[in-house]
Amino acid sequence: MAVAKQTVEHVEALEKYKHGFVTEIDQEFAPKGLDADTIRFISAKKDEPEWMLNWRLEAFERWLVLEEPAWAKVHFPRIDYQDAYYYAAPKTKQGPKSLDEVDPEILATYDKLGIPIKEQMVLAGVEGAPKYAVDAVFDSVSVVTTFKKELAEAGVIFCSMSEAIREHGDLVRKYLGSVVPVSDNYYACLNSAVFSDGSFVYVPPGVRCPMELSTYFRINAAESGQFERTLIIADKGSYVSYLEGCTAPTRDENQLHAAVVELVALDDAEIKYSTVQNWYPGDPETGKGGIYNFVTKRADCRGPRSKVSWTQVETGSAITWKYPSCILRGDESSGEFYSIAITNGRQQADTGTKMIHLGANTRSRIISKGISAGRSSNTYRGLVSAHPKAKGARNFTQCDSLLIGKRCAAHTVPYIEARNGQAVFEHEATTTRLSEDQLFYVMQRGLSQEEAVQLLVNGFVKDVLQELPMEFAVEAQKLVAISLEGSVG
Amino acid sequence: MLSINNLHVSIEDKPILRGLSLELPAGEVHAIMGPNGAGKSTLSYVLTGREGYEVTDGTVTLDGEDLLALEPNERATKGLFLSFQYPLEIPGVPAMHFLRTAMNAQRKARGEPDVGAGEFIKLARETAAALKIDFDMLKRALNVGFSGGEKKRMEIFQMAMLQPRLLILDETDSGLDIDALRIVADGVNAMRSPERSMLVITHYQRLLDYIRPDKVHVLSAGRIVATGGPELALELEREGYEKYERAAA
Repeated sequence: MAVAKQTVEHVEALEKYKHGFVTEIDQEFAPKGLDADTIRFISAKKDEPEWMLNWRLEAFERWLVLEEPAWAKVHFPRIDYQDAYYYAAPKTKQGPKSLDEVDPEILATYDKLGIPIKEQMVLAGVEGAPKYAVDAVFDSVSVVTTFKKELAEAGVIFCSMSEAIREHGDLVRKYLGSVVPVSDNYYACLNSAVFSDGSFVYVPPGVRCPMELSTYFRINAAESGQFERTLIIADKGSYVSYLEGCTAPTRDENQLHAAVVELVALDDAEIKYSTVQNWYPGDPETGKGGIYNFVTKRADCRGPRSKVSWTQVETGSAITWKYPSCILRGDESSGEFYSIAITNGRQQADTGTKMIHLGANTRSRIISKGISAGRSSNTYRGLVSAHPKAKGARNFTQCDSLLIGKRCAAHTVPYIEARNGQAVFEHEATTTRLSEDQLFYVMQRGLSQEEAVQLLVNGFVKDVLQELPMEFAVEAQKLVAISLEGSVG
Repeated sequence: MLSINNLHVSIEDKPILRGLSLELPAGEVHAIMGPNGAGKSTLSYVLTGREGYEVTDGTVTLDGEDLLALEPNERATKGLFLSFQYPLEIPGVPAMHFLRTAMNAQRKARGEPDVGAGEFIKLARETAAALKIDFDMLKRALNVGFSGGEKKRMEIFQMAMLQPRLLILDETDSGLDIDALRIVADGVNAMRSPERSMLVITHYQRLLDYIRPDKVHVLSAGRIVATGGPELALELEREGYEKYERAAA
């Protein structure tokens, strides 16, 4: 209730896309274009060991012969991969990072985005308020990671990927690419060659991570792509909850974001991964600009009884191509996917999940809520499969689409493959239009048209919102409201 | 309070209301009766500002203010409430949350502070009890899976909570059994006051046994063709609308 009020106030106070500003700082770029030298440049900048460089170069060789996928229901002009910067970093001093050394302009940027990267600010907050450790990634590099010390006391490693490669090489080497192989797909392969930074998490056996971990990705530089790489390992019997948020400035040209996220859950471990994606969606009228969000996210429920839960709120990006998936390898492991995907203006989204049941008595659950408004296109694409050994596999899928207005589209493309006779799959799907009758009914009770849309949409997505960590549910609800501004009439 | 003067309304160029005039003073309850297709529901929708109803002539004022110039939510804020003939289902939005959002939207528009959580719940409990609505029902998504009678009771509940000045009841008796009808009528009667006016739209006289009108108007072919006291409703019940339909044609 307070949330709805807050949402309304928030919307009133906002421009269409509030994160569209640019931070003016000195930045260092790799030369434009992509060849083996670009990769050597990136690797050298990060002071990487040789095995990492070779890994990248091998990925690059494979990428050269791969084809861009064309099966998704999205349309965009061919990307010129030579016309972009693959590395952009704020110029800063080398050496161990502390908050004092971070460029004040960057701190101001995160402050403006409302992200708490100053530990003392968080610590000075209300007593008993949950703490969030934050890794802030600005273009190609991680600028700061908070609460490292406290986490280290619990044995949790939370740092930038660059640091992990240098400091925890064995772990990285063991798990990197073990969930998403180098040549898995075109964009993942490109990422493997040029990935810049991202977050690394390792939770040791039996440890329940003492706070929420989060990473905030910010694309700032023009004509640059962001290729972050995230790797989370939950060792036996551990638990971690992780959240990522993304924003970018308003720019007329399209920018590529091709990330790879790998999650590994060992025996009895649990990972909860939440995303609030709000990249610049492009101009709602002309469709000019916006982020191409081509992301590969996959979890390997490697151990018995392990559990991975993906929750995503996708409101930004010109094009979204993303299927957070679970490989249910361990017996009795389970995977969940909760998604809210909103498209407005000229946005296109082709998103969903894959639940691959390999182990016996594995379970999965998919709740997808797609909302299309304006002249956008929103596709749910999902695969549920049970392999011969996955006896007793169970899946429940609920896939709902809501249309707002008359010029948008919603598509549902479910693939179901059961290769043994003892798997039980349930699939429910609905498509509804936000009815004028409902809108009128709500307005007759005193809500303006925009408030009425928000109320109805929030009702539609409620099942998913309640899966998000509390603070982010509030954030996400605001985001839903903002994304749908001007969607009616 | 409500003044309708020579109102002409079309839906997709088809005239529905053709010169309807009506004066509803403060404190009075007027019934609008008429055969199917006379324009009863059109009247309720055009008063509340639903889209798709084109006013081609005439005026409607509420305390002298042009009602037709206002958005539906602005009219609600002025105290206009429609109890729907077919209340809509609002999935995922608990009735309590819905109503508190509505109440605060109206308060905000009037420059009043939000209703406090404790105050709201107390009021909701009392109001629900009077209407024999199980409090747990208010935690469920509004009208989703409710029976016809429950939906109607929920409309009256909303009305009692929002305390409007001008109430329009559109076929509130349809779908109600005799017990539910009595509860609903008691709820409506409890709201009668010198500052409040009601327009009771109904096809049957039955409801008017419980909600006694000061005046009864017969609506036929888009016009008021007869006005009288409660006895007019009884006459209609006996003799039907045929006489008036002929008169209008």
